[in-house]
Amino acid sequence: MFEDFMVNTWIAATLVAVVAGIVGFFVVIRGASFAAHALPLSAFPGAAAANLVGVNPLLGLLVFSGLGVAGISQLARRGRRDLATALSLVMLLGLGALFLSRTTEYFQAVYALLFGEVLGVSNADLGPVALLGAVSVALIVILFRPLLLSSVSPELGEARGVSARLMEALFLSVVALATAMALPVVGALLVFSLMVGPASAARALTNRPLSAMLLSGAISVVTVWAAIALSFISDWPVGLFVGGLSALTYGAGRSWAWAGERGL
Amino acid sequence: MARGEVLAVRQASVSLSGRSILKDIDFSLEAGEFCGLIGANGSGKTTLLRTILGFIAPSSGSVTIDSGGKLASVGYVPQKFALDPYMPMRARDLVALGLDGNRLGVPLPSPGRRRKVDEMLESVDATRFADQRIGNLSGGQQQRVLIAHALIRRPRLLLLDEPLANLDMRSVAGVVALLRRLSQEFQTSVLLSAHDMNPLLSAMDRIVYLAHGRAASGSTDAVVRTEVLSQLYGYHIDVVRVHGRVIVVAAEAEDDAQAAVAHDPVHVAQVP
Repeated sequence: MFEDFMVNTWIAATLVAVVAGIVGFFVVIRGASFAAHALPLSAFPGAAAANLVGVNPLLGLLVFSGLGVAGISQLARRGRRDLATALSLVMLLGLGALFLSRTTEYFQAVYALLFGEVLGVSNADLGPVALLGAVSVALIVILFRPLLLSSVSPELGEARGVSARLMEALFLSVVALATAMALPVVGALLVFSLMVGPASAARALTNRPLSAMLLSGAISVVTVWAAIALSFISDWPVGLFVGGLSALTYGAGRSWAWAGERGL
Repeated sequence: MARGEVLAVRQASVSLSGRSILKDIDFSLEAGEFCGLIGANGSGKTTLLRTILGFIAPSSGSVTIDSGGKLASVGYVPQKFALDPYMPMRARDLVALGLDGNRLGVPLPSPGRRRKVDEMLESVDATRFADQRIGNLSGGQQQRVLIAHALIRRPRLLLLDEPLANLDMRSVAGVVALLRRLSQEFQTSVLLSAHDMNPLLSAMDRIVYLAHGRAASGSTDAVVRTEVLSQLYGYHIDVVRVHGRVIVVAAEAEDDAQAAVAHDPVHVAQVP
């Protein structure tokens, strides 16, 4: 499974895993799993639109996830975040239905966008994935402290001059970038599982914020590597293993914390 | 603003979405003073604190804070919020965020930072649980950590919004004694809101009593009197002192006014 045609797969999947794990730390502590679920789904019509117009799908993904971020942050100013997220999601998904109905490679395209093409990563795909991943991680590192403070309590942050609204908008933008980068590789449905599973396991395993974030990245990488290996051996879809292993790590993390609390 | 004053609120009025919340609030705080902001739920305590913090602009009047040339002029402990029990964060991490949580980048290990955090934790008697997850601490312990978070930059003014709510009686006494000691030790003026003044009676240098959006301020003895509070409420109020406690009672008020007072947690007892 380390043949030439697999090398790009390993590299791309590792990059995606690191970014999803690190960004996912903030997704989990901010209680933003729904936004992390909605952004990839809102973004995938963008790839369909790009296909239709004949431009790079990555461009479409970036534009649509950007629209998702704008929709969520604007609507959430005057209402609940979950409703704002849901409304932005359905509007963009509606457009997705339109674009997909116009494309000729209907089924294949939808399947790849939803579940990823982890075993078909070309050399040309690697550059943009690496670039967007590096930007996402750099933003998280730069914003780490104010974002952490604002995640614990928006009001404590405001008292220290950290705008809660700015932090939310920047955070969603990072999720959008990570989404655009990861979506072509692991698919709209699986980005989300990598953002939530490893991070929720990591937060149960350590009390330290920075360690939890790094651990989340590491668990995410192991999850993805194991998923690809299992998929290669069994010939079952990689998505099954990514989703299953994410849930499994979460369960293991919780059991570990449960045992720790009882001094076992 | 007069010499020695840290905070001066002058004739400040605040309206929120067209509704008048505070009218002509006027008081000042000197360095190291301990002041209780007392009033029932809905009397405008939180709004006043948020105005002093600069989150809300007064519609008229002014709020002035003398920073004394220091960058950190105000520390703030917000109203009790639910700390996620699974948040991977130790007490010391939250205190460190008080020091430099607004700075960019990940925190790099530094002996100076570590020492400042340790000292601050020691000052609030939190060394024992410094390495525990904040979500697992008791209410009183969390308050100590939040106070350390707010005080680590040695602000001249510390604002606390209902820090005693939801604490058991022993924790209440502990937190009040701690704040009294810290205000003297650091020469920080403390403005603390509460709906019950009794736990604060021995600690307060000054009281700001809020009712119906107006305030009376001065020493406890000068403010918590039948005449002053009756004028503030606009109907007759009795101030009763029993066993070292103060009880504020509405005696012969109009029906609706009486109902309002009777529902106030401040007004412990009601005349039958």
